[in-house]
Amino acid sequence: MSIALSILEAVEAKAHNESFGKISQIDLLIGKLAGIEPESLQFCFSAAAKGSIAESAVLAIDEPEGIGECADCGKRFPVSFYYAECTSCRSLRIRIVSGEEFRIQSMTIEKEEE
Amino acid sequence: MCDTCGCSSEAGAVLRKPGDTSFHFHVIQSSSGDDTHHHGEVHTHESNSRKIVIEQDVLLKNNLLAERNRGYFEAKNILALNFLSSPGSGKTTLLEKIIPSIQLHIPVAVIEGDQQTTNDAERIQALGIPVIQVNTGSGCHLDALMINRAMKELKLQDNSLLCIENVGNLVCPAMFDLGEALKVVIISTTEGDDKPLKYPNMFHEADICILNKIDLLPYVDFDTQKCRANAMRINHHLKWFEVSAKTGKGLDAWQEWLENRLTSH
Repeated sequence: MSIALSILEAVEAKAHNESFGKISQIDLLIGKLAGIEPESLQFCFSAAAKGSIAESAVLAIDEPEGIGECADCGKRFPVSFYYAECTSCRSLRIRIVSGEEFRIQSMTIEKEEE
Repeated sequence: MCDTCGCSSEAGAVLRKPGDTSFHFHVIQSSSGDDTHHHGEVHTHESNSRKIVIEQDVLLKNNLLAERNRGYFEAKNILALNFLSSPGSGKTTLLEKIIPSIQLHIPVAVIEGDQQTTNDAERIQALGIPVIQVNTGSGCHLDALMINRAMKELKLQDNSLLCIENVGNLVCPAMFDLGEALKVVIISTTEGDDKPLKYPNMFHEADICILNKIDLLPYVDFDTQKCRANAMRINHHLKWFEVSAKTGKGLDAWQEWLENRLTSH
């Protein structure tokens, strides 16, 4: 819930600088390893945004796959968890290079009816 | 070409704040009804909607404040520990057991996080330790702002130990940096030995793992080796301790480690 509120706070602050009206879409980047459940976030956001300029905003969520890089042989491969074994040399020294993202990418705002 | 998002910026303005490279608003005109952002396309100007690039970490505000807290702790040479666990795994009891002897050499203060009640704070206060209770209400974790407020109230001493007992929850507290030096995750033998696998984010973020209630091992189906192996698979840097806060078994090792850390701090 407080995550939904921080998103709302961030977009409201940005929208404040614009003369445009309502926010129609918010683009989020939530990696598969970020520990965020997009469905519950959608649910919380609709509750958090009630009565705000983002009330009818759609959350467009991009979920990049986790990618690990083997520290021994350098091979990159998809990972779905924090522990992984290198698919080529079976090393366990894996560095997560992608999948932990949690960012607000952009938002779309609509011109107010005149 | 915008260096931040790679978007062709001929058709849109880039707003920047002077002296602030982390904020980057990319104003792009897009035709009405078209809500997707086509990189490299020329965006039309006669539109009713436009896209503003934000590119900001969702937890930016918390993270910035956490770094302020961290700077304060470093300047005053305060070791701040963030204790995390499920409800009922023995965080408060563990603090009650180790604080009195640590306090003989080093001042200790505690911040207690719970949704409601001051029960835990009262238990710590009974030891004569300065304590602040943070009641998060409906919140399921402590955040950097709560710590910032609480530490000002506590009037922390230089060269001291600050124990922050987070809300009992293995999910959300993992995401919120408070400015602590170390995260200490506590699990107990009455929980499943697959807990590290079920809540990997918490174990991934933690620096120390304490297995509590080892006095109950004869009565529960808990495989210590398996639990430890699971935790190490998630995070092989994890420092591991096995204790019983109730009987005191294993507390020496943990306390010795902590005191070494405090003197080298």
